[in-house]
Amino acid sequence: MIHSLFLINHTGDIFLEKHWKSVIGRSVCDYFFEAREKAVEPENVPPVLQTPHHYLISIYRGKLFFLSVIQTEVPPLFVIEFLHRVADTIQDYFGECSEGVIKDNVVTVYELLEEMLDNGFPLATESNVLKEMIRPPTILRSVVNTLTGASNVGDTLPTGQLSNVPWRRVGVKYTNNEAYFDVIEEIDAILDKSGTTVFAEIQGVIEACVRLTGMPDLTLSFMNPRLLDDVSFHPCVRFKRWESERVLSFIPPDGNFTLMNYHVSSQNLVAIPVYVKQSISFFETGPCGRLDITIGPKQTMGKTVEGLMVTIHMPKAVLSANLTATQGTYTYDLATKVLVWDIGKLNPQKLPNLKGSLTTQAGTPKPEDNPSLNIDLKIQQLAISGLKVSRLDMYGEKYKPFKGVKYLTKAGKFQVRT
Amino acid sequence: MSASSAFNDEKGGSSSVGEPEYGHDPASGGIFSSDYKRHDDLKEMLDSNKDSLKLEAMKRIVAMIARGKNASDLFPAVVKNVACKNIEVKKLVYVYLVRYAEEQQDLALLSISTFQRGLKDPNQLIRASALRVLSSIRVTIIVPIMMLAIKEAASDMSPYVRKTAAHAIPKLYSLDPEQKDQLIEVIEKLLADKTTLVAGSVVMAFEEVCPERIDLIHKNYRKLCNLLIDVEEWGQVVIINMLTRYARTQFLNPNMNESLLEEGSGGDRTFYGSDEDEDEDEEEKEKKAETPAMAKRKPYVMDPDHRLLLRNTKPLLQSRNAAVVMAVAQLYFHLAPKAEVGVIAKALVRLLRSHSEVQYVVLQNVATMTIKRRGMFEPYLKSFYIRSTDPTQIKVLKLEVLTNLANETNISTILREFQTYIKSMDKDFVAATIQAIGRCATNIGEVRDTCLNGLVQLLSNRDELVVAESVVVIKKLLQMQPEKHSDIIKHMAKLTDNIQVPMARASILWLIGEYCEHVPKIAPDVLRKMAKSFTNEEDIVKLQIINLAAKLYLTNSKQTKLLTQYVLNLAKYDQNYDIRDRARFIRQLIVPTEKSGALSKYAKKLFLALKPAPVLESPFKDRDHFQLGSLSHLLNAKAGGYQELPDWPEAAPDPSVRNVEVKDSVFTLLERVTTLTSVPEWTKCSSREKRKEKKVEKPFYSDSEGESGPTESADSESDSASGSESGSGSEESASRSESEESEDGSESEEEEEEEEEEKEKKKKKKELKKPVQESESEQSSEEEERKHQRKTKQRKSDSESESDEDEESESESSQSESEESESEAEVKKKKKAAESKPPSKPVKKESKKEKKEMSLLDLDDFEPAPSPQVTPVNTFLSNSLVTDLEGLSLSDTVLSPATIAPSSALKNYELLHRITGEGLSVEYCFSRQPFSPDANMVAVQMQFTNNATADTKNLHIEDVKLQSGMRVKEFSEIELLPAGETATAVMGIDFCDSTQAANFQLCTHTRKFFVSIQPPVGELMRPVFLTENEFKKEQGQLMGMNEITEKLTLDMKCRNEHTIVQRVTTAANLSRVPCGSDKECRFAGRTVSSSSLVLVTVATKEEGAAQLTVNCEKMVIGTMLVKDILLALTQ
Repeated sequence: MIHSLFLINHTGDIFLEKHWKSVIGRSVCDYFFEAREKAVEPENVPPVLQTPHHYLISIYRGKLFFLSVIQTEVPPLFVIEFLHRVADTIQDYFGECSEGVIKDNVVTVYELLEEMLDNGFPLATESNVLKEMIRPPTILRSVVNTLTGASNVGDTLPTGQLSNVPWRRVGVKYTNNEAYFDVIEEIDAILDKSGTTVFAEIQGVIEACVRLTGMPDLTLSFMNPRLLDDVSFHPCVRFKRWESERVLSFIPPDGNFTLMNYHVSSQNLVAIPVYVKQSISFFETGPCGRLDITIGPKQTMGKTVEGLMVTIHMPKAVLSANLTATQGTYTYDLATKVLVWDIGKLNPQKLPNLKGSLTTQAGTPKPEDNPSLNIDLKIQQLAISGLKVSRLDMYGEKYKPFKGVKYLTKAGKFQVRT
Repeated sequence: MSASSAFNDEKGGSSSVGEPEYGHDPASGGIFSSDYKRHDDLKEMLDSNKDSLKLEAMKRIVAMIARGKNASDLFPAVVKNVACKNIEVKKLVYVYLVRYAEEQQDLALLSISTFQRGLKDPNQLIRASALRVLSSIRVTIIVPIMMLAIKEAASDMSPYVRKTAAHAIPKLYSLDPEQKDQLIEVIEKLLADKTTLVAGSVVMAFEEVCPERIDLIHKNYRKLCNLLIDVEEWGQVVIINMLTRYARTQFLNPNMNESLLEEGSGGDRTFYGSDEDEDEDEEEKEKKAETPAMAKRKPYVMDPDHRLLLRNTKPLLQSRNAAVVMAVAQLYFHLAPKAEVGVIAKALVRLLRSHSEVQYVVLQNVATMTIKRRGMFEPYLKSFYIRSTDPTQIKVLKLEVLTNLANETNISTILREFQTYIKSMDKDFVAATIQAIGRCATNIGEVRDTCLNGLVQLLSNRDELVVAESVVVIKKLLQMQPEKHSDIIKHMAKLTDNIQVPMARASILWLIGEYCEHVPKIAPDVLRKMAKSFTNEEDIVKLQIINLAAKLYLTNSKQTKLLTQYVLNLAKYDQNYDIRDRARFIRQLIVPTEKSGALSKYAKKLFLALKPAPVLESPFKDRDHFQLGSLSHLLNAKAGGYQELPDWPEAAPDPSVRNVEVKDSVFTLLERVTTLTSVPEWTKCSSREKRKEKKVEKPFYSDSEGESGPTESADSESDSASGSESGSGSEESASRSESEESEDGSESEEEEEEEEEEKEKKKKKKELKKPVQESESEQSSEEEERKHQRKTKQRKSDSESESDEDEESESESSQSESEESESEAEVKKKKKAAESKPPSKPVKKESKKEKKEMSLLDLDDFEPAPSPQVTPVNTFLSNSLVTDLEGLSLSDTVLSPATIAPSSALKNYELLHRITGEGLSVEYCFSRQPFSPDANMVAVQMQFTNNATADTKNLHIEDVKLQSGMRVKEFSEIELLPAGETATAVMGIDFCDSTQAANFQLCTHTRKFFVSIQPPVGELMRPVFLTENEFKKEQGQLMGMNEITEKLTLDMKCRNEHTIVQRVTTAANLSRVPCGSDKECRFAGRTVSSSSLVLVTVATKEEGAAQLTVNCEKMVIGTMLVKDILLALTQ
């Protein structure tokens, strides 16, 4: 299946390679570099490339390319999903997935890759199992390691792989038993010029952070499970119980994990928390344009909108922007032509406004279309779909855990066309 | 000294940075001397005695490997450390070995012995990792060693090791394809494995080594379907893809009738769009429906196995893993009836929220799907709307999907959406949008004019690319109905002054030439202009100019004769030979000369022939002949190793090949006797086993679930199954009374346990005689005989005198039975039928007679009966007095006459088949009696039959391999088992309340056989008696996670209390607890090893609905028990 893996940074250096079968020379990456050159933007590199003898499947994460070499037929998603799992694991271990971190922990990363695939076929991809075999670095441990010369390899053999609950190791112990759930909903929307909703939907995710002793069996139930239209679960969730009772029953993995993803049924009208009044225009004569944006609250359910931010990808012809913001700050990156207006909290009494002129390159025709606005926002303590967790019960262990649920609404791909 | 100084150096260097710097810096590695020196350091460190030094060195070396630096010259120094005790060092050495062994084969051989030792390690993880590394070092010389190791590991008791073995198969295959045949054998064996851990890996191996051997899947098909949900996600993908292909060869096309239609209409489709007119299709359908081909069709009935696959894969659409979702989606697309395919749309749309690479692949597949099944994605139209932030490749794919989804009803929204896209800054995307509009226009007649107008407006766009693309598309559209649009053609003619894009210019010229009759005034003028700029044009434009000139010459030679000649002359001296050739060719055709022959007459026909409009087709059309989700589909080219998706068969192959032979083992005499209602009981049991194969419950404890079943291979079952038939033959009359008698009997035994053995036996005989008087059942005689046998064990020879008569008849019948079972087994094998046949009394009698003569001659008196079930009672009695007392202490719980569940049928499992055992066959059953030497052990009764011609001597157990904590009490050695004889023995196994198998060697004086015993969960407990109050109290303490509740619908035959009790007690060794309500049945037991309480409640409601509750603090036991009981009740 997966023959080799190359990690390539954005300048095109191969800084890590791993082969699961016999060694394939680096020159195979040249085909990739060619495509990379052609694509201009790194996002536009085709994920699957065909070369005379190999197939290259790559993902782009954290400014890095994970490039895998394939020799025979394999479902491309299989490889892509696995590569993302590798990136997730690295992130899980070291807090982020970047070139620096990987270079600093190259031996651990290499060992992880060794465990994750056997002969190109995934062997252990559950983070809990991996963590038992190769311990993630902690500050304390790295100090101890430098003193004793020990590495991160677990000295006991893992049992998780053989336990009945493959995603949870046995013998977990905590002094404070806590279970936190974050219900995070993202609004994906496209609004047209006049502010009417072209398309809107809500995607939600429940992120869990469970630190409980022993083998707890949790049941999470909702007040209004009917809202959920399409769901996908962490393998720990008992699908049968969901189907019959609409509760999430599971033995949780230890630590942070994504419990479920859901999609709120499209029958419900999606509340759009803000409205945007905008006018961006370029004049036919003279190298300038005008920009005027006002944002106001719409359906916020009485909560404050925070972290408001507007990002605009300006046409290439726009040279500079001379704007005044009544609230927040704006920056215009000349190289990438991205205008970012960081507003912060939305004050309903005094609506934030950004106004001013744009300078375009002299001699070029006026940009034909107006750039669309990408909006970012956050609303604490609100799940915009109205989803509510009703209770969390724990079975199987005697102690009383500390439980908490947090709600958060964010803008997902929230776009206003102009 | 030197070592320590090196150490200091290293310490100083590395501890500060945490890793070697020279790896970062190619310059330092480039200096040869220092590089070598550093390697010397590493060598010294590796040779030192300190683990910390070695570790440091290994870390640096691995870091070098990771960066792609060559570290091969360190091989000798590293390989020495392969036996290092430090597990961290060892692991890194393994990493190194796997990387460089191929290059340094000779040196690598030094490490082999370490791995071979590792393969024998008691720790399964060490065994697994040894096998993993051994199979990963690609050294051809060790192929035989690898083969041996894989074979051994394939029958390892640890599923993890077996999984590793499965992984090793493709490795060995790629190293030496000659081993294929042997490897297939191993694959076949592992395919029969029931653990979820192994399933994915072995199917992977199957796909790589022998994907063509579809026949290996038959027997495992249902099991794979049922295990699927518990297999890890990567395995699921592989299994689903494989099953898709399998199903394509084995089942009939569920859309058979439709696909006939599609084919028919597909042929009729001409240039006008593929999927445009729904109503047109409909008409065609109706037409086709009348054709005789359709009249022949039979009503389609889906194979239950086909249904099973669809049903069991559906929940996986909820997987978090995109690859799994895609695999299920393609399975549904290729296999499901049209009406059911829709379920996958929602899941696929969900994936569009994922990473852009995932989106890319999913959209490609959706694009293909939308061509065949547009309706499926129509409700999700808006999910394919494009955002300005999407990468271009995603935008283009979304556009493709939107175009495919367009129909009369939604075209206006789609076009409005397209309008915004045209304004995008991304010009490639705009061009693609224009193409898409063109396709919508061709496909949907109603909007053709609107689209055309829209496109014409685009002609005044400032961006040249947009204009050019529009021209090309307009050209195609105009070809469909040129008459109506002469003004558009005129408009385009004007554009020639401005547009510079060659393709667009060429398109305009072609249009004018083609339809010069519609624009008779403009055309010559355009030619004039073109003639002027001819030399500066691009080649494609030049060709079109010649073309235009020729056409005009033919239609309007007056005005254009000179112009044409001028153009042709220019072309004659063009640099491009293609253009020169074309000019010469055209001149000959159109200008009549003496030499030009017949062709010039037809020049007009040649040039102005009616040309069909081009078809604007999706590039994804017909891609679905590749299996969706595959690499080949994505590339639209066959990738290496791609397995073609076979066409549906015309007629379904024999579905019975998937029938798994019933696991039922010998139901011997006693079983019948102890069973309440014998016939329904055994049929029930057998079908219960079948159900086991079919079960769909979602078990969480999948690994252990798999292990709960017996491990014998499927083919060895036939014998035992037939045994059960023959056994039930004569004794249908066995009734409750009898079973109670037997119980009484055993009770009485217990009472008498304190007494001397001799006395006891006699007494018992008397007691047992009573029931015998009432009904001349074999039961009693067997009891006798068993006692007898027990005695013979102790004092070998003096048993002959006792109860000769009884013995004789009994042994005769038993002998005949065993004979019969053998012969039947053979018949069975031929038939491959799984169902047990009705008992055949006459046959049996016959064989009895036949047998009589023989058996009279060679039977020894202590020939044991083939019905071992009761034996353990006696056998264990025969042990020492002390242990008997132990047994007694248990007995009051075991035998509480009023409440105890009626004893249930015991099942025999095969331990050793007579063929593999070279004549020796061994069966075992869980006798459900306390094992007296150790109360924490489960008694396993074994029955040895010597079918060989020679005597077998010194039967004993050796080399017991167990999971930690498990213990075995071996049976005492059987010194002699003459040919044709049968002997029984009881051994005790402490399974530690797990369903892990106990593996050991069964040894005779000549041979050793590897065997394993794996208990069903129901046998890991012993009954206890509780009062109703006690039960409730205990149950109250076992709530929460210890309680597992399942709803079920009782089987039709199983709606009365009596059957429920009977089925539950068959499934598990529990005793009934009295209960006030008749709606509830309660059972209680304790696990044998840890004495954890197991409480079972079956509460019945109306219409067969019931709720099963199991309370047990051992969750695993609880869950597995629920499953087993559920099966027993719902079947």
